[in-house]
Amino acid sequence: MIERKYDTVIIGGGPAGIAAVIKAVELGLKTVLIENKDLLGGIPLQCVHPGFGIHYFKEDLTGTQFIHRLLDRMEKLGVECLLKAHVCSIEYKDYGEKIVNVITRNGVMKLNAKTIIYTAGARERHLFEIGVVGDRPDGVYTAGEAQTLMDIYGIMPGKEIVIVGSGDVGLIMARRFALEGAQVKAVIEILPYPGGLMRNVTQCLKDFNIPLLLSHDVVKVVGRKRVEKVVVAKVDENFRPIEGTEFEIPCDTVVIAAGLRPNIDLLEKLGVLIDSATGGPVVNELLESSVPGVFVAGNALVINDLVDYVVEQGELAVKGAYIFVSSNGISTVDWKSVVKGRNVRLVVPHYISGKRDVTILSRVAKPERKVFVRVSEIDVKEFHIAVRPAEMIKLDLKKEALSKAVNESKITLEVVPVG
Amino acid sequence: MAEQELICIVCPASCSLKVAVEPSGEIKVSGNLCSRGADYAKHEAANPLRYVMSVVKVKHGGIPTVSVITSKPVPKKCISEIMKATANVEVEAPVEMGQIVLQNICGADLVTTRKVKRIVLSSPTYL
Repeated sequence: MIERKYDTVIIGGGPAGIAAVIKAVELGLKTVLIENKDLLGGIPLQCVHPGFGIHYFKEDLTGTQFIHRLLDRMEKLGVECLLKAHVCSIEYKDYGEKIVNVITRNGVMKLNAKTIIYTAGARERHLFEIGVVGDRPDGVYTAGEAQTLMDIYGIMPGKEIVIVGSGDVGLIMARRFALEGAQVKAVIEILPYPGGLMRNVTQCLKDFNIPLLLSHDVVKVVGRKRVEKVVVAKVDENFRPIEGTEFEIPCDTVVIAAGLRPNIDLLEKLGVLIDSATGGPVVNELLESSVPGVFVAGNALVINDLVDYVVEQGELAVKGAYIFVSSNGISTVDWKSVVKGRNVRLVVPHYISGKRDVTILSRVAKPERKVFVRVSEIDVKEFHIAVRPAEMIKLDLKKEALSKAVNESKITLEVVPVG
Repeated sequence: MAEQELICIVCPASCSLKVAVEPSGEIKVSGNLCSRGADYAKHEAANPLRYVMSVVKVKHGGIPTVSVITSKPVPKKCISEIMKATANVEVEAPVEMGQIVLQNICGADLVTTRKVKRIVLSSPTYL
């Protein structure tokens, strides 16, 4: 067995991991980046559409352009990477030492790490998770699988498509199918409002006259060898199909775009505390999980709308790891919890010290117009003309403002109507 | 006097806009909360522009496609013309970022947005 020692082991070579390894090497940490595919890049590598990097690079890039900029930076630095390497477990040895067991092409490796940055991304929700029953024929794909087939391997998954879920990936794939000459029969969304950004509803569906059926659900997939049709019904306010409203849509392909879930298997086995709202770990302002020295960034932490946020999280986690390595741990402070107030469904990070600038990311539970995003303990409020569950709210809090909460044990983030 | 309904995409407010083109050629917008919405609606009514993106075939590449995009937004009505043209394009690896694969189509160039390494194998393996 090969044994090596590192300051930081980064698990996952998507945008968060690549951003992290760049920052870690710049700060002089002995680092290795582990990726289980044969190429680095993660999701953006198969995103041929623009909309990436507007915040981080101040330019509108495609996913592929965005990730190549990061990869170019990384290659100039000369970074140690393990490709086609699978992490089978993370062990907690003591406060300052974790062990990462990896299977590589050159054999099993045991990596001793002072810190771990976990950037293993997310997985797609599948057909059975969203309660679609019926046959199990060929022709059912998740949106990401369809994207990989079309935009990396150049293979069309089908000709007559029904898309389940109107998140951004679903909308973008609707357009990609339409552009490549497939007929997109419908996009079906169980909620009464679209899941993705309005920009995508307009430019991906309206431009190509693709019908969006809100408050509808696919109740059944029908097909012997290949998908032949889906049965669709209207749903009531409890998302249950209304009897008598069923109708059929003939199609040969069903694409499931039902959102993502953080990939947290390894963290759960390590005993990291998980937040049921985000599906990711509970973290402090340096993105350190409940296991000291284990930091989490990107979609493994919380499902992000923008790759720009993911990259920022990767860099922030490295800042945490650097402090951990150089001062033998993140000094224990009176952590203040960030509490979810009115119309806030999730919030990251969960704990802050009040002594550093922090960026709080949150999502609302339901859409609203003309609201304040408010933290009353420190008299901060920001006007938003509208908030939607599909769009994360980013609130930057300065340490000067946070000093007002010095005697508080919590701060509360809430979304309240104006007036 | 064509009237058109749009949903504003400038900010999350997603205003429902009505755009009417007067006989004089003047464009009137209603339903917007701010002036940015009016600007958006006027552009959409007069000459809607879009980026067009796809993938084209790569010969001897590490992966069999390279992603491409128009160098600038093109009129919406040109989309299908560009897509038809991309179907017949094949480039030889190695492919660099920003390489032009199709020149001057609908006022734009089609450029690559990914690098592809050259790999020559007797039978292609992508994994």
